[in-house]
Amino acid sequence: MADALHAEWTKLRTLASTFWLLLAAAVLTIAVGAAAAAAFRCQAGECAPAVTGADPAKISLTGIDLGQVVVALLAVLAIGGEYSTGMIRLTLAAMPRRLTALAAKAAAITGCVLAASAVAVLGSVLAGRLILPGHGLSQANGYQLLSLGNGPDLRATAGAVLYLALIALLAIGLTTAVRDSGVAIGAVLALLYLFPIVSSVVPDQTLSRRLEQIAPMTAGQYIEATTGVRALPLTPWQGLGVLVLWALGALLLGAAVLRLRDA
Amino acid sequence: MTTMTPYRSEVGPGRDGFAQLVHAEWTKFRTVRGWIIAMIVAILVSVGLGLLAPASDSSGCQTSGGGGPQSGAACGGAPSLLLGPGGEPVTDSFYFVHQPLVGDGSITVRVTSLTGPAGVVSSPDGNSFGSPGIQPWTKAGVIIKQNQNPGSAYAAMMVTHDHGVRMQWNYTGDTAGLSGAVGPANPRWLRLSRAGDVITGYDSADGTHWTQVGAVTLSGLPATVQAGLFTASPDYMVPHGVTAFHGPTQATAVFDHVTLSRAVGASGARGSWTGEYFGAGQGSGSDTGKYHQGGGQFTVNGSGDIAPVTAGHGGLADGAQLINNILIGTFAGLIAIAVVAALFITSEYRRKLIRITLAASPRRGRVLAAKAIVIAAVSFVAGVIGAAVALALGTKITDSRGNYMFPAPLMTEVRAVIGTGLLVAVAAVLILAVGAMVRRGAATIAIAVVVFVVPYFLSVTAVLPVGVDDWLLRVTPAAGYAIQGAYPEYAQVAAIYSAANGYYPLAPWIGFLVLCAWTALALAGAVYLLRRRDA
Repeated sequence: MADALHAEWTKLRTLASTFWLLLAAAVLTIAVGAAAAAAFRCQAGECAPAVTGADPAKISLTGIDLGQVVVALLAVLAIGGEYSTGMIRLTLAAMPRRLTALAAKAAAITGCVLAASAVAVLGSVLAGRLILPGHGLSQANGYQLLSLGNGPDLRATAGAVLYLALIALLAIGLTTAVRDSGVAIGAVLALLYLFPIVSSVVPDQTLSRRLEQIAPMTAGQYIEATTGVRALPLTPWQGLGVLVLWALGALLLGAAVLRLRDA
Repeated sequence: MTTMTPYRSEVGPGRDGFAQLVHAEWTKFRTVRGWIIAMIVAILVSVGLGLLAPASDSSGCQTSGGGGPQSGAACGGAPSLLLGPGGEPVTDSFYFVHQPLVGDGSITVRVTSLTGPAGVVSSPDGNSFGSPGIQPWTKAGVIIKQNQNPGSAYAAMMVTHDHGVRMQWNYTGDTAGLSGAVGPANPRWLRLSRAGDVITGYDSADGTHWTQVGAVTLSGLPATVQAGLFTASPDYMVPHGVTAFHGPTQATAVFDHVTLSRAVGASGARGSWTGEYFGAGQGSGSDTGKYHQGGGQFTVNGSGDIAPVTAGHGGLADGAQLINNILIGTFAGLIAIAVVAALFITSEYRRKLIRITLAASPRRGRVLAAKAIVIAAVSFVAGVIGAAVALALGTKITDSRGNYMFPAPLMTEVRAVIGTGLLVAVAAVLILAVGAMVRRGAATIAIAVVVFVVPYFLSVTAVLPVGVDDWLLRVTPAAGYAIQGAYPEYAQVAAIYSAANGYYPLAPWIGFLVLCAWTALALAGAVYLLRRRDA
């Protein structure tokens, strides 16, 4: 396993695209988060938490909505690239235990994504901490300063890093199953974005809530909530658990296909 | 010595016109089974997701808190909205102090105040509200109305809380008069005069210097019409996530110097005033208004609105199914189409087929044009079929479940359906052009989702601050969704004009033009790079 991991790590690190995609994920996440924080407005006197309903952590982490696309793309390309070039045959010839190969790949990719996500998320939270108080979400108005020493903020920050890693795992599993980068990225992004778009037009509250509970993106991002947590359809960790189930399901599907089909 | 004749193929030179090129690209497209399947999937998901909203809609039999009169009355029958003379859904409810006006004549009043409780509606978290206050479009003034049927033709001169003096007619017409708020120190004189079918509105600050605000023709006005004073105050609306809270408000106006004058020779004795809550729509409830007359002064307290109804949450038609909601599957269809459009060009690079393609047709720009025509045509067909089937089935399901569609003219529905085809066709060409530049399928598809789906997602899920999301739907290629917009915005009605409510920030064809501009830009870049770079 250590050798397999080393091999996968070498493959990943020697691809020029890996570095640029990780950098893009971090920069995009921080930039969009900072822009969302800077765009926040509330009129003087209407900035109380009960009126705005604003969640400083959630606003700072808005960039995740876009950064996850790059993370998914990185994971899809890392797996799909092997299939499009035929490299996968070499990989499996060298590592006949296919599930070990998949596990090594997943570990290497997720490791990279975790590192980039930590930078992206910490950068976003720092940007929010610096920008938001100047836009009405100040301590004077009854908001806590974003801080890792604060329980919910720490949970949101750590959870957001895990969220991005789980998105990568979901993409790895799906790509292994469909074996084509194009189809895989389409499927992953459809899975992420269609749930919230569709649930926004469903008039039935029960169904709409149910859709939010099972949506990988919506439920997974409950982990970023620090206000109004009680009103969420799931607790933050349950929400992240839903995404874990999606990622596990995708990985199992990928593993089964890898095991059973010729490469 | 023998001379060798070089070998010449006996096959005559093939035709190499543009039509052949398009035919070649069509052959490439239709012989890849996966792409055909993807297009069928695009149609199926467009329809399937589109039917989710109408199929799960049980609002017809719900009594939601704070809802309009429809929420209670809707269950069990086919609820319908009141339609105005122009066919658009309207609300026609106000407190009306009136008497018949026979033949030509005019009504003149002075308004000295328009007030209401200055309540604050807040706390989107909890369920408690402050008392709903006076609204920007709270209005009072004089009105001449065709008859006492709800939805009948009218013309009115009025003062409003925030928008000065207005002349409004037949629900959708609106012209500004004097600006500034009304008050005892700042009274407003209003006059409406009827001559045949033409009603002319005047305003004045002092009762001697009059300005004509507008003259409108209400065709088919009967000889006897109802003329009088009115007060109306529209429902308040508070956005709450993707829905909204709403409920009635009240306002009180004070009138004096009331003169109803008939043309010389007109028959009929001078009538007396009748005050009643009038109409259907907003503001019904226990307290629907009252009036008091004394010392030449009329105090009229009323609720409701005389205006077009807006679509979506917070409006009177909160429970109505929207065309946009049924076309929501376009997003899913577009992702499938994006995969095909991207692979249509990028797989040529992956398989090196592009070299053969360019060897066979060295004029590279024409290759791209042929590909664009094929993918656009196929996508257009898929888009139109998906939208047409979704809309037809969606309307049927809505009716069968006892709900109702927010009405739109037939031509608007046709434009939305054909527009969906145009939208996905142009989007597919844009994605093809990006694919020609990027040459990587997965990256192209990721870009496609980011520019077409993410802006709308950010807008409907209210992730971004209000205003920023509108801006995204103006400048990104996602502006093209405006072509699905089925309902007009009204400047004289305060409502939540958001994408989630079916209102796009750009007019339908303007939004589509933004998408076309992006596509033209991408095509230019693609042709430039295709010519410059080795394949």
